[in-house]
Amino acid sequence: MLAAIGVDSVAELFEQVPEELRLKEGLALPEGKSEAEVFERLAELADRNVDAEGEVCFLGAGMYDHYVPAIVDAITQRSEFLTPYTPYQPEISQGGLQAMFEFQTAMSELTGLPVSTAGLYEGPSSLASAGYLAIGARKGRRRFVVSRGVHPHSRETLATYAAGFGAEIVPVGLADGLTDAAELAAAVDGETAAVFLQSPNFLGAVEDVEALGAAAKRHGALLVVAVDPMTLGVLRPPGECGADIALGEGQPLGNRLDYGGPSFGFFCGTEELIRKLPGRIAGETDDVDGRRGFVLALQTREQHIRREKATHNICTAQALNALAATIHLAWLGREGFRELGELLVRRTAYARERLAAVEGVELLHAAPVAREFAVRLDVPVPAVLERCAEAGIAAGYPLGREYPEHEDGLLVAITERRSREQIDALAEALGAAIQAERGAFVPHSETKAPFTREAGPWH
Amino acid sequence: MALSETPMQRERAQTIFERSQPGRRAAVLPDAGVPEPPLEELIPAKLLRAEPPRLPEVAEPEIVRHYNRLSRRNFDLDTGFYPLGSCTMKHNPRLNERVAALPGHARLHPAQDPRRAQGALELMWLLQRSLAEICGLEHVSLQPSAGSHGELAGLLLTRAYHLDRGEERTKVLAPDTSHGTNPASVTMAGYEMVKLATDERGGIEIDDLRAKVDEGVACLMLTNPNTLGLFDENIVEIAALVHEAGGTLYYDGANLNAVMGHSRPGDMGFDIVHVNLHKSFSQPHGGGGPGAGPIAVSERIEPYLPRPQVVRRDGDNGDRAVFGLDYERPKSIGRLRGFQGNFGVFVRAYAYILSLGADGLAEASETAVLNANYLKARLAAGRAGKHLPVAFERHCMHEFVLSGKPMKHELGIATLDLAKRLLDFGFHPPTVYFPLLVEEALMVEPTETETKESLDAFAEAIEQILAEAEEEGPEKAKQAPYTTPVRRLDEVKATRRPVVRQPLGG
Repeated sequence: MLAAIGVDSVAELFEQVPEELRLKEGLALPEGKSEAEVFERLAELADRNVDAEGEVCFLGAGMYDHYVPAIVDAITQRSEFLTPYTPYQPEISQGGLQAMFEFQTAMSELTGLPVSTAGLYEGPSSLASAGYLAIGARKGRRRFVVSRGVHPHSRETLATYAAGFGAEIVPVGLADGLTDAAELAAAVDGETAAVFLQSPNFLGAVEDVEALGAAAKRHGALLVVAVDPMTLGVLRPPGECGADIALGEGQPLGNRLDYGGPSFGFFCGTEELIRKLPGRIAGETDDVDGRRGFVLALQTREQHIRREKATHNICTAQALNALAATIHLAWLGREGFRELGELLVRRTAYARERLAAVEGVELLHAAPVAREFAVRLDVPVPAVLERCAEAGIAAGYPLGREYPEHEDGLLVAITERRSREQIDALAEALGAAIQAERGAFVPHSETKAPFTREAGPWH
Repeated sequence: MALSETPMQRERAQTIFERSQPGRRAAVLPDAGVPEPPLEELIPAKLLRAEPPRLPEVAEPEIVRHYNRLSRRNFDLDTGFYPLGSCTMKHNPRLNERVAALPGHARLHPAQDPRRAQGALELMWLLQRSLAEICGLEHVSLQPSAGSHGELAGLLLTRAYHLDRGEERTKVLAPDTSHGTNPASVTMAGYEMVKLATDERGGIEIDDLRAKVDEGVACLMLTNPNTLGLFDENIVEIAALVHEAGGTLYYDGANLNAVMGHSRPGDMGFDIVHVNLHKSFSQPHGGGGPGAGPIAVSERIEPYLPRPQVVRRDGDNGDRAVFGLDYERPKSIGRLRGFQGNFGVFVRAYAYILSLGADGLAEASETAVLNANYLKARLAAGRAGKHLPVAFERHCMHEFVLSGKPMKHELGIATLDLAKRLLDFGFHPPTVYFPLLVEEALMVEPTETETKESLDAFAEAIEQILAEAEEEGPEKAKQAPYTTPVRRLDEVKATRRPVVRQPLGG
């Protein structure tokens, strides 16, 4: 091969790298390992995590321990879906493109909006992308009105993005778990590019999106609604409530927890917005012989064609994760999807009632809930979580960090994997933990050396 | 050309929604096991949905058949050579899938208390340290979800850095060869894009840079080696010019696969680097993701990194080190997404780095560069040398760019025709019409995981297509492909009158 190139060594090919920039010593990384050794090392790391197989998991806050049917793995692990790049050559990418088209159809059905993209990275950054879209679609307006019921990660990501393209964020508070309608109406004006809601909101409460959205409609602002896709078998879809954009975290559909990713974000909109949407969209067309086929449509929105005028910078997204969702939804089917939604609502109602009956626990709000709810504890939440963890239960998500006013709050999530028996066990563990904490002499406290951001020893 | 229809071509594409029959289903759900009042007693009727979404009604065997059938309508890396320039389509070791699927990774909730996610945090920390070493920059955030997300992060970091110093800069420079994501990220981050010209060696035109770099410039974005597959030999001078003007230097890591263990962006003078874990570190591309785009940054950028950051402290009394998530970062640009990032991608990338080790990574880059130069030479020795010359005549790094301009004039076939004809030969075509600077461009990246035989076979296919055009004229290529599940598709129609979902009845 060297002879064909006309050099004596591979090193010669690297001579275009200036001498002083060539690494002399090699990388300070460990030597390569055999497959068996790498497996053992990774398995050892995995063993040091307590996962949803090792305890009963009531954690939610945007990602949920749903059952992923076996066919999802079987199909997504096929090389033909696992290993191709983005479908730039449609003639040999019909499988992937058609899967995107099916995904778009399914998400459009779920959200009640006519147009869906083929998917974005994940939930919070999808919401931030809606902000960027709104600035372009409502020219001259630079203000976002954002309910505090929107996921804290989404609100923070929106703020991160907005620092770049330039927009102001006006937060609207919650009253008894729901977005304060009067405060929202007062916050929206002719400068508002978009109003952001989430339903069910972060505290689990189902919002009246249509009523809240009226303020956005009145002032010509886009109504952006983040939704939990697993609730859309039973809850009124955002498209019927006046939403211009419905989006959200796709993980509950066919994707595993994976400590937070990869999953996908879905992003649906009205016809008006079709040429402003971010990311890939598959479209139907014909080949030269008239056969039905699929291509990437409306590519003139995209970075590889439009460069600095593109509607978004996204390139690689989450196609395989969107495929997993499509398969999961096909497996559930029309009836199964509705039944699953009903199951979640009923088990959640049961769990909420069961927990509220525990001494030391009360509801944080009385608003209707679908699959997650918030309670208040009369003893410190971290201590109770620790005691429940010792009993093999991840009791929920502590609200204190992101909602300082709910330092005593705990968010509890339900999936079809959480049986009545497990819910009962949670109630008992919570009750016992609270009793124990009430009797405890001193609160948990530990003194620890500070964390370092510097490189430390390796192994 | 009279070719009979293949069986796959005869099969009309049908969506899963069109296979739906009322009453069929796959899922059997658990019984609720709790009281089952009407839903309206739990949630006000006005918030409930009247009709469930019209999802398909199909049984499991039909779902499996449907998607298996679809899968056969995809070409993939495991089937054949995929020299898609800039995309680094290297082999995806299946070990990485296996370790990512371990329940300790796959079923770990992202809100798990860090004390019960020590393995995951340690893995993230180890990956951070590995990437810091590979990039030559001390501080890493794994949060960005893809390369373009890393770019946006880098520009937001740049903005925060300048603002903190009381400076408002408005422009970002990038060469005309840059990836489309670069200028798109520039606009998204609220900056103005300023293009730099390319010199006759394929690098940045230094005089153009001198003329444009001033105190309004926030950042220069550069891919090195660049999208022509050429290392910018003036990088030291470029870095000095940008730094003297007070700007930051951003490294688009899409081409890192050329220099792993050989040269480090940090040593070149870059302040911020993104790494495409789905390119250099072999995450399977999934037909368009998932990926991940961690960033490595210099000391002066560190305070602004996204939060939370994974941190480590020594254990007490010789115990294990303890890992945590640090949210107390007052100068941070904030979050770029939910939770901690695409952890499943981190697991695969770390397994890849562990497997190859220091020498293996360096060897991967060497072989990638060797393969690219061999294929370039092999093509130049044949008809491609005449019709499809390399755009910049010098040794390349891990990829190279050909120009189809002579081919178009002499043989009447455009780069697109050549690409479509390659499909009939069982190859994924190279990237076409990019970089924009090169007329009728064809960007070829073979990667290190291809054998000499597969490179030879690809070169032979190009040779045959050109010979065919020389001997029989351009028609065969212009009508290609013939053997694919569908033939050339009407992309204009799909954009003029977009049909982006299956219409459904009742």
